[in-house]
Amino acid sequence: MNTAWPRPSALLPAAILTAVMALSLSWPAGGQQTPATPPAATGPAAQPAVPAPAPAPSWAQARPQNAAAETLAPQVAPPLPAPVDRLPLAELKVPKNFRLEVYAGGLANARSIRIGDKGTVFVSTRTLDRVYAVVDRNGKREVRVLARGLNSPNGIALHDGTLYIAEINRISKIDNVEERLDNPPKPAVIYSDLPNVAPHGWKFLTVGPDNKLYFNIGAPCNICMPPPTHAQLRRINLDGSGAEVVARGIRQVVGMDFHPVLKQLYFTENQRDWMSENEPQDKLNRVLHPGQDNFGYPYCDGGDIADPIYGWGHSCDEFTKPIAQLGPHSAPLGMRFYTGHMFPREYDGAIFIARHGSWNKTKKIGGDIVVAKLNTDGTVRSVQPFITGFLQNNKYVGRPVDVEVMKDGSMLISDDWNGAVYRLTYGTTRVSSRR
Amino acid sequence: MAHGVAAPALAAILLAGAVPASAAAPPAKLEVCLACHGTNGQSQTENVPSLGGLPSQYVLTQLFMFREELRQVEPMTDLTKGWADADLQQSADFIAALPPPKPPKAPADPVRMARARALVEQSHCNVCHRPDFSGEQNVPRLADQREDYLLKALRGYKSGTRHGYEPTMAEALQPVDDAQLVELAYYLSHLR
Repeated sequence: MNTAWPRPSALLPAAILTAVMALSLSWPAGGQQTPATPPAATGPAAQPAVPAPAPAPSWAQARPQNAAAETLAPQVAPPLPAPVDRLPLAELKVPKNFRLEVYAGGLANARSIRIGDKGTVFVSTRTLDRVYAVVDRNGKREVRVLARGLNSPNGIALHDGTLYIAEINRISKIDNVEERLDNPPKPAVIYSDLPNVAPHGWKFLTVGPDNKLYFNIGAPCNICMPPPTHAQLRRINLDGSGAEVVARGIRQVVGMDFHPVLKQLYFTENQRDWMSENEPQDKLNRVLHPGQDNFGYPYCDGGDIADPIYGWGHSCDEFTKPIAQLGPHSAPLGMRFYTGHMFPREYDGAIFIARHGSWNKTKKIGGDIVVAKLNTDGTVRSVQPFITGFLQNNKYVGRPVDVEVMKDGSMLISDDWNGAVYRLTYGTTRVSSRR
Repeated sequence: MAHGVAAPALAAILLAGAVPASAAAPPAKLEVCLACHGTNGQSQTENVPSLGGLPSQYVLTQLFMFREELRQVEPMTDLTKGWADADLQQSADFIAALPPPKPPKAPADPVRMARARALVEQSHCNVCHRPDFSGEQNVPRLADQREDYLLKALRGYKSGTRHGYEPTMAEALQPVDDAQLVELAYYLSHLR
C-alpha cells in the first residue's frame, strides 16, 4: 500500500452529498448564462481588498519566503521521448492478473488520448504544437503527426468521426478524420471566443450525451480573483454556437467524463499551491446543477478550507462540495468511467483517474492511477491505488496524464514524461473469455 | 533506436575532467554553430548567446524546439533540420561542459546594479535561475551572458515572439516594463 495515500477516512463521506437531483440533461432555464456574464450569484458581490499581485510566475504566487519552499518548482520533463526499451514498465506495479505493455513510444509530451471507431489512437500534446495519430498497420504501429502549429492543443474529443481539438485560444475540427489520415486538412476553427492566456490556458475537451462540447477555462494564476471569463467549465454546440457556462469557481481541470448511466458530468480539479505541504486536497467533482454549481475557487480550497487570502467572510458551505478528495498537490488529470468488458466486474462503472503527481510538496505524492468505485447514486464509495510506481525515491520515472478505454475493454495510459502510451489488459487467457 | 547511445560516453569523458573541455573535439554537427557562438563558450557575435555553462537539459530543450520548429529562429531552425535525437543530446552535453562566459572587463555601475538587484529579488529570478544565476536543468545560466542577447530574449518573452517550452517566462515578465528589462540585462551581463 502506498503510504502517501490518504486514509480512507480522509475522503469526504458520500453521505454529506445530497441525493441525485437531476437525471435528465435539461438545464434549469434560469441558470443559463453566457460566458460574458459576471460570476453566478453564489459568488460574493464585494471582493476583499488584496495586495497587488507579486511580479512572480503564476505558479510561484503566494509562495512563502522559506528555504525549503524555494527549492520547489514545477517539474519539467525531458523534451525527447524515452527510447521504448528504457520505458519504466518494470517499475510500474499493476494488480494481480493485469498486464501492462507499451502501446506506442516516441510521442513526445503525450497527453490526452481518444480512440476512433476504426481504431486510430489520437494523442494530444501540451508543451508541443501537435496532435499525433497512432495507426495500426497489420500489427505494426505507426506514429504520425496529424496536425501541427497548434497553440498547446491539450484537449481532443471525437464525435461521429470528427476530431475536435481545443487549443488555448480556439477550438477546431477535422471531419471524417480517420478517412483523411494520409492527407489531413488543416483543422477548421469553430470557436474562438477564448482568452489567449497561457497559465492554465490548456484545456480538456469532451462531448456530452447532449452532443455538446465541454471544456474548461482555468484560473490564469495560482491563486487570484479570476476575471469572469475564467475559472469555469463551458459548453458549446458542435458547430461552435450557443456557448454557456456549465459551472464556476473551478481552478483548473485536465480531466472529465460523463457518468454512463446517470449522465452527469464528473471532473478532476487541481487546487492551489503554496498553502502548505499537505493542504489543500485536489478534488473529484460532480455537476448536479448545471449553470448553477460553483465549486469555490478562489474562496474555498479543497472543498473544506477557507482560502487564507480570499476566504475571509466566506464559508466552504456556500459552495458545491467535491465528491472525493484525491490527495494534496497530487494533480489528478485524465479520468474515465470504465465501460469495457475485460476487467473484473468490481471495476464496472468505476472511474480510473491518472494522478500526474505533485511538485509543490517536499515528499512527492501521486504518479499513479487510482480507481474510484461508486455507489448506485453516483457518490464515491472508495478511492484506492490501482497502478503505482511512476514515482520512485521521490523522483519521477514517468508521469501518467490520461486514460482511455479501448473497444476490447483494455485501457490506454499516456505518459508525458516519457512520451509514451501504455496498454493495460486483464486475464491470462483470451480477451473475450469473461462474458 | 539510436537515441542517446553515444552521449553517455562523451559526457563521462567530459565529467571525468581528464580532458579539458576545449581539448575535446566538438561533435561534427556542432562545429558550424561554434563559429558564431564561440569555441570557448563565449560569444563575440552581436545578439548571439554565449553557450558555456548552460545546463545540458536547457540546451537540449532549445535544440529540440529548433528542430521541431517550435522556436523559429534563423539560422537555428535550418541548421538543426534532420538532426537525430543523439545529435541533440551530444551537442547539449558538449555545450554544458564549455567554460562559462566572463563578465566585461570594465566595472559595472554600482547604482544600476543595486537597483536591478532589488528588481531581481522582487521578481524571484534568483530562485529558478539559482542565486548565482548558474541555472539548472531546464533553466538557463544567465550570469555574464551577452547583454544584447539577454535584452533580445527578455523582450521576446515579454512580447510573446519567443515561446518557452513552458510559459513561465511570459508570466514572470507580465508586470516588468521595458525599461526594467534593460536594467535586468545590464545586471545579469555584469555579474562578478
